[in-house]
Amino acid sequence: MVFRYLWSQPSVQQVRQEMDRLLSGHFGDVAGGLLPRRGQPAVNVWEREDSLFVELEVPGVKTDQVDISVIEDELSIKIQRPEVEREEGIYHRRERGVGTFSRVMRLPVSVDADRVEAELRNGVLTITLPKAESARLRKIEVTSAS
Amino acid sequence: MAEESKLAEPGAEQVRPAEHTRSADHFRPNVDILEKEHELLVLADVPGAASDKIDIDFEDGALSLHARVEPRQAAETQYLLREYGTGDYCRTFRVSEAIDAEKIAAEYANGVLTLHLPKAEAARPRKITVNTNSE
Repeated sequence: MVFRYLWSQPSVQQVRQEMDRLLSGHFGDVAGGLLPRRGQPAVNVWEREDSLFVELEVPGVKTDQVDISVIEDELSIKIQRPEVEREEGIYHRRERGVGTFSRVMRLPVSVDADRVEAELRNGVLTITLPKAESARLRKIEVTSAS
Repeated sequence: MAEESKLAEPGAEQVRPAEHTRSADHFRPNVDILEKEHELLVLADVPGAASDKIDIDFEDGALSLHARVEPRQAAETQYLLREYGTGDYCRTFRVSEAIDAEKIAAEYANGVLTLHLPKAEAARPRKITVNTNSE
């Protein structure tokens, strides 16, 4: 017989509550619940058996304008979006945001902070957070003692 | 004057009927449009697009851009948090300024598309010297 030792996977609802709690704790009330606030980059988060993935769209940002850190179960992302060099002319549209964007997220599982990797490609930032050994799905063989 | 925008987006009447027939999700990229002395500069955020998958058309005073974005994750991916969707980017502008279509140039880097639309010679401000004819 095989027992599964499974880390408790949070439901989307739990993640949302967690996010709301976290955001309201750090940044004051969040209007609209989950929607990212102004100045906060939107993220997509998904997981595989061994890793957690966080993805953000950061067009125009270069690698040295991204600052990522993991402290225990908190991931913080800071992005500096450069101001387009001021040029002579008239703006007919100005929709692209500039400035500093940051976000702090509490991760649903423990991760191995030393092996966190981030890749920037065509304006999409993908952060790979390998789960800590203790957080991985593990099969435990049950031996029968006869 | 400056208030009278030279770039209008088509409203109910679409410039290109193809707009209606696109089936998959598509998104409206954020843009900056800057009018300079000799050109219009358009910056569009199209993260996730590859440079060979971006189509730019300029026809009858309508500038349209379509950037195809391939899905980055498997369709069955279960997201713990999903705050944005991905898909193609489409947007059309009507440009009333006379543009030298032959000289439109585009660059793509870090998810940002930069378009240079040079003004046609006739549309550029020209200084006219008045000669005095002394008889």
